[in-house]
Amino acid sequence: MDIQSMTAAELGKRIRSRELSAVEAADACLEQIEKMEKQVNGFVRVDREGARKQAEAVQKKMDAGELTGPLAGVPVAVKDNICTEGLETTCGSKILEGFVPAYTAEAVRKLQEAGMVILGKTNMDEFAMGSTTETSYFGPTKNPWDLSRVPGGSSGGSCAAVAAEECPLALGSDTGGSIRQPSSFCGVVGIKPTYGTVSRYGLIAYGSSLDQIGPVARDVTDCALALEAIAGHDPKDSTSIARKSYDFTGGLADGVKGMRIGIPRGYFGEGLDAEVGQKILDTVRMLEKQGAVVEEFDLDLIQYAIPAYYVIASAEASSNLARFDGVKYGYRAEEYDGLHNMYKKSRSEGFGAEVKRRIMLGSFVLSSGYYDAYYLKALKTKALIKREFDRAFDSFDMIAAPAAPSTAPRLGESLSDPLKMYLGDIYTISVNLAGLPGITVPVGTDTKGLPIGMQLIGDCFDEAKILRAAYACEQIHAYERPALVKEGR
Amino acid sequence: MAEKISDEMIEYVGILAKLELSGREKEEARADMEKMLNYIDTLNELDTEGIQPMSHVFPVQNVFRDDVVENGDGSRGTLSNAPLSKDNCFKVPKTII
Repeated sequence: MDIQSMTAAELGKRIRSRELSAVEAADACLEQIEKMEKQVNGFVRVDREGARKQAEAVQKKMDAGELTGPLAGVPVAVKDNICTEGLETTCGSKILEGFVPAYTAEAVRKLQEAGMVILGKTNMDEFAMGSTTETSYFGPTKNPWDLSRVPGGSSGGSCAAVAAEECPLALGSDTGGSIRQPSSFCGVVGIKPTYGTVSRYGLIAYGSSLDQIGPVARDVTDCALALEAIAGHDPKDSTSIARKSYDFTGGLADGVKGMRIGIPRGYFGEGLDAEVGQKILDTVRMLEKQGAVVEEFDLDLIQYAIPAYYVIASAEASSNLARFDGVKYGYRAEEYDGLHNMYKKSRSEGFGAEVKRRIMLGSFVLSSGYYDAYYLKALKTKALIKREFDRAFDSFDMIAAPAAPSTAPRLGESLSDPLKMYLGDIYTISVNLAGLPGITVPVGTDTKGLPIGMQLIGDCFDEAKILRAAYACEQIHAYERPALVKEGR
Repeated sequence: MAEKISDEMIEYVGILAKLELSGREKEEARADMEKMLNYIDTLNELDTEGIQPMSHVFPVQNVFRDDVVENGDGSRGTLSNAPLSKDNCFKVPKTII
């Protein structure tokens, strides 16, 4: 098997047994990046030199017996909204072009502590606002399964890079589905952990109360390993949580016997592509044959999740993005008349259309006279949605759902109608509002040959359960590689 | 049906958002916002009487610690990203006239 096609666990094992060196592993990925990037554009920046240097240093530590973990020496890519000291971090935006962070995000620091080698930064929708990776200042990422289609978003670069075997693992971030939806479109595995599980220190904020960093991989074991590496309480993030358990890899293969899986009726009706729905339900039936207890139920209020989300996320974004003003970092307009004009011009020239749209909406819903009617109303709706999920988890261990209404759309189809694009987030967004963990796992392809993902949603802190069920799905549907990668084009 | 967004409102939101919009951008922003707000108004169907607004899923508490410096002097790294700096400070256009 080619080095770049191996899973992170396999690669780590071979590096530990000295069958391979960390440098050879990094080189194999860099070579694949060289081959794929012109077509896929999953990376906005590849740190060739840095990656080789890191790999050499890691190898030395491994030789000295200082690094022994399962991910030591394994290459990884990092989404471009996660800060890496000394390596440009731009959030896919013109306004941050040239920004070189003076510190490293806690999640990345933990990867480095585990001995992982950072290959570069992956493409994303500008400030993670989008569902296609087309709003990136650095041009769209293409779906490795069909280069005329989007990879999804906003972590489209991370998911496409993993599918294209440019790296075995990548970090993404998920505010309304930004890990789970592109994982579905690209046929890979991605998990959004319970809010507070992974430190947001060094993650450039979009919607702070919703944002979580999570891993993307080609199998469930890698996803669990990476989550174990990055999770942990961090005093530098005031919303970080000290969990009872950080064990995500134990019991992965224990099966689904006795697990109660709920199927929300409303999720499988109107608006869902029939093939997508069928593949997911078929997979759930197979889990039932393995001993899972499957039952349909009604999950109410879901139609209110999208409006509540866009109020809350836009409000938080308008506040979080106020810091980009041309003073401390990034882009400053060349011509201006005084301080306020400089702020306005720098922001107007530096932000793209979708970011401006959400800052405007956010500023409006927070403005005097509208705050109660919109912002507070959305926060109350969030409380009600959380209550609905609490009720569901009284009866079920997890909820099986689609991750997106269809398989990957064609490039250029989604951006013309923002509201329509927002509606595509219907299956993922409520999970962020309720702070729950959710994982996407591939369950086959449609007649167009495009991957279909199933989302499993767990109660807070129940990552181990959804990982275990996802692992069972993986035994039913073996991992499929895109033709582009199989044929080595 | 949400109220129509007036010219004044778009101007005002532009000021709050610190964005300078062209005539066309203003028109687009108005159309987008009206469409979104119409959609957001579906929230009014929900009875939220007596419901506490939930800003965070888990209770958030202030995190206190002793006032001891933990990080070193990062001013050079911080200032290295400034579009303009002078004498260890961010340089901006004149603010007091």
